Amino acid sequence: MARIIVVTSGKGGVGKTTTSAAIAMGLAKKGHKTVVIDFDVGLRNLDLILGCERRVVYDFINVINGEASLNQALIRDKNCNLLYILPASQTRDKEALTQEGVGKVLEELSKDFEYIVCDSPAGIEKGANLALYFADDAFVVTNPEISSVRDSDRMLGILSSKSRRAERGEEPIKEYLLLTRYDPDRVKQGEMLSLDDVQEILSLQLLGIIPESKSVLSASNAGIPVILDEKSEAGRAYEDVVARYLGEDRPHRFIEAKQGFFSKLFGGKK
Amino acid sequence: MSLLDYFRLSKPKSAPLAKERLQILVAHERSYRNQPSWLPQLQQELLDVIRKYVNVDQNAISVNFEQDDNQETLELNIVLPDRNTVTDKSYSSN
Repeated sequence: MARIIVVTSGKGGVGKTTTSAAIAMGLAKKGHKTVVIDFDVGLRNLDLILGCERRVVYDFINVINGEASLNQALIRDKNCNLLYILPASQTRDKEALTQEGVGKVLEELSKDFEYIVCDSPAGIEKGANLALYFADDAFVVTNPEISSVRDSDRMLGILSSKSRRAERGEEPIKEYLLLTRYDPDRVKQGEMLSLDDVQEILSLQLLGIIPESKSVLSASNAGIPVILDEKSEAGRAYEDVVARYLGEDRPHRFIEAKQGFFSKLFGGKK
Repeated sequence: MSLLDYFRLSKPKSAPLAKERLQILVAHERSYRNQPSWLPQLQQELLDVIRKYVNVDQNAISVNFEQDDNQETLELNIVLPDRNTVTDKSYSSN
């Protein structure tokens, strides 16, 4: 049986697809056969982040409708042979997703994979609801920003009431926080919500802090998940996230502001 | 105080404001989250029934739903309009 992870946030543009690609690659790199599914029907982007956009022939909707088999639609990643991508349809709309159809596909994938990562679309409509419905674990991607934290809190409400686990009265979805685009310098200057501020409101188990990093854009430009960029802070932060999720105990980093030359000079030490 | 601190002090800090706004907002939204979806309709229908007999306004009726560990409480509070003296009546039912 596979473990189903949903990467969700409510708000758009906080880093769901970047995170989905990174953690799916991270899990596969650690030897776990993983598939990552794009639930953003009509606006597929995961294929771009993983650099396989020119290899998409069939998609998730084709599989649901029986127009293609899973083997035909799954794309094996070029960097890691344990990672597969199931792209979203670009031409259909979200109504093409059905709970029954998604359930069947996930069940079939469960036989063959260890982890299924569901990349949720933004919003709280059908695509987002179905991405989380079957989940065992939820990675709630949040920016240290007022509207993102509010939307995350809303998502937590939906996770605890509208999932299959909630409907069946089973153990609830395990919720984890991923704080992305974090800028310790701005936090120190009182211009950005701190980790503690966000946790005071959401109080979730923290999987990791992904610092704001130029390498995220470079990685998406190149179509290579940022986790493969071992020199970048964001890449290492995602590597930590995967290790922590798999049960490793790693101290959190990228929380503190770096000591700049001038602040050392003028003794701005706190 | 270092020279750098002097420049820092002149900047307004916006994060505490964001946190305060969020805390209020989230607390408010959470209180609605646990309510059953039929509550607003119940409130409206009750108001319609009461209006058949007494002329009360929209705000005269409040319906609160509370959930403890082992019991759910539905509280109705209807404020009837003043006659001559103070004749406010409140009915509560569980």
